Amino acid sequence: MDSASRKVTEQTSSSGPILGPGHSISSVTDRISALALGKGYRPAWLFGLAVSFSLLMLLNLMIGLLLTKGVGIWGINIPIGWGFAIVNFVWWIGIGHAGTLISAILLLLHQQWRTSINRFAEAMTLFAVACAGMFPLLHMGRPWLFFWLTPYPNPMWLWPQFRSPLVWDVFAVSTYATVSLLFWFVGLVPDLATLRDKSTNKVSKVIFGVLSLGWRNSAVHWSRYETASLLLAGLATPLVVSVHTVVSFDFSVGQLAGWHTTIFPPYFVAGAIYSGFAMVLTLAIPIRSYYHLEDFITMRHLNTMAKVMLATGLIVAYGYGIEFFMGFYSGNQYDKFLIINRLHGPYAFFYYLLITCNIIIPQALWSRSIRQNTTILFLISLVVNAGMWLERFVIVVISLHRDFLPSSWGMYYPTRWDWATYVGTIGLFLTLMFLFVRFLPVISIYEMRALVEETSGKKHDH
Amino acid sequence: MSQIFHSASNVIARVTIFGALIFVAVLGGVLYEIELSPFYTSVNVAREQPVPFSHKHHAGELGLDCRYCHTTVEKSSFAGVPPTQTCMTCHSQIWTNSSMLEPVRLSYRTDKSIAWTRVNAVPQFVYFDHSIHINKGVGCTTCHGPIAQMPLTYRAQTLYMSFCIDCHRQPEKYVRPKDQVFNPNYVAPANQLELGAKLVAEYKIQDPRHLQSCSTCHR
Repeated sequence: MDSASRKVTEQTSSSGPILGPGHSISSVTDRISALALGKGYRPAWLFGLAVSFSLLMLLNLMIGLLLTKGVGIWGINIPIGWGFAIVNFVWWIGIGHAGTLISAILLLLHQQWRTSINRFAEAMTLFAVACAGMFPLLHMGRPWLFFWLTPYPNPMWLWPQFRSPLVWDVFAVSTYATVSLLFWFVGLVPDLATLRDKSTNKVSKVIFGVLSLGWRNSAVHWSRYETASLLLAGLATPLVVSVHTVVSFDFSVGQLAGWHTTIFPPYFVAGAIYSGFAMVLTLAIPIRSYYHLEDFITMRHLNTMAKVMLATGLIVAYGYGIEFFMGFYSGNQYDKFLIINRLHGPYAFFYYLLITCNIIIPQALWSRSIRQNTTILFLISLVVNAGMWLERFVIVVISLHRDFLPSSWGMYYPTRWDWATYVGTIGLFLTLMFLFVRFLPVISIYEMRALVEETSGKKHDH
Repeated sequence: MSQIFHSASNVIARVTIFGALIFVAVLGGVLYEIELSPFYTSVNVAREQPVPFSHKHHAGELGLDCRYCHTTVEKSSFAGVPPTQTCMTCHSQIWTNSSMLEPVRLSYRTDKSIAWTRVNAVPQFVYFDHSIHINKGVGCTTCHGPIAQMPLTYRAQTLYMSFCIDCHRQPEKYVRPKDQVFNPNYVAPANQLELGAKLVAEYKIQDPRHLQSCSTCHR
């Protein structure tokens, strides 16, 4: 047996197929486009949308109050100026990373299994970045002056402070949002054309017609499309690493114990991918079962994502270990105090909860039977999401609340509006997600067609 | 299958791509111009006042010193708006029957201040002190414009931060000899930069890095 064929057998035997059996090009097209074009709305979908939309309205209420009353409605004050707003910002932007990793890096590495999950992972990225981008703006206190963050000819004759990572953040996040949007949209164009051609209703024909930018499926279109996808993938690849690195600079450039460490960039990037894959699983498992997409999002996908989660989770665990070690090894009394304060301080409960959620529970993923059990996998993905949120809480709040001078110590208690902000952005995220799964192809139709072609080609050799 | 769109849509689609770019550029330009226009900044727009006081007449033609009325300009952050008594030092003797001056006499009789409309003001988050500027050789007209030619007072500068910071970056472009600070008709000499550099050293004006520091003005 030569190595190539051994590899193929190994892949199929150990992980299962990446596409269910018996699918043809037209069955794939019909199944996926029917989700977007079908008539009527299923009650569960309507209920879910209603709940998320009410949470979104809560967010609107909170923003209205914030604009009229100011950031005082949140529990932030000196010394904890960065409360939930920054915790949530980092959490959301981290979640976005899986989408870019799946769509860009795995595309460049020719990982076929990305095909059926890349579309909604990209959508997830986009919606997560939309949620994330809101927080720094709302946290500014005067969000209507947000454009002061950008370099433009202004009557103050000032540039933004280019030495501040907070300004780098503006560029990192806005670049990320732009490239993610372009990538997602460019990928959608051939599918939008399919929906245009398959829809029977005049209005949706026009809407999909406009959105598909006159796509006629010609060879020239495909050639340009391929070039554009590869270019965007090339652009997006460094962003997977750079965006969260810059976010980590927001902390590590500061002098505070627990922030000022060189491990932050890689540890943040790993954490971002960790939480991103957890969120992809949190979304994929219900969507897959609700719309009966088991043939497209197979056990192999879930299995692989669980493995990625396990691997990145271990990198994160290593990061925690190094933080702990450096607290004592550095010989710096403030670093040492930070670790002691994490373990025994007033917020110690959250630190232990974080370790439980992010390190202990995910170790269950070593077991194949747990990776194959969608219910447990779903629960673990929720635990990891919560754990990654706690990580940011621990980093932001525990470091800030007891700094160098005991006379300036304080406590942070989130108010109901802090919670409204957090829950509200979940509402925004889910509302967009519900609309997306109903009105756009959740899975890339044309890439699935290509996959049908490739998998059948291997079997029948024609 | 019938076509969804008319063939003209191709052209429209292309136009919108460039149109969007041009639209954004034009919008930016228009907003920028509005921000610098007298409509928004009130530069060169004379204000209505309870008494049509003319700086042109008093400071220009009669040659009154600025400090005759604005007495605290050398010692205080605020230059000072003169009390009615200052007006009456002359106007109890001349133009005593002028109807234009009736509000002044009324104020004097009733002991109620004249409610002048403020022309030059910096926002509250700016710490501005007249005395330090005067004492370091910044002339009145550098900020207040050709006051001796203003029949009704108007704002001569935007008072935007760009205006302040221009001088804070290069004070030698504007500083004057001490005896010229209150001269409303002062014209900068040809060797201003040379003279300015000398005066900056003489007045011990701080390094531009300090003058530009945020907390110099935003305390």
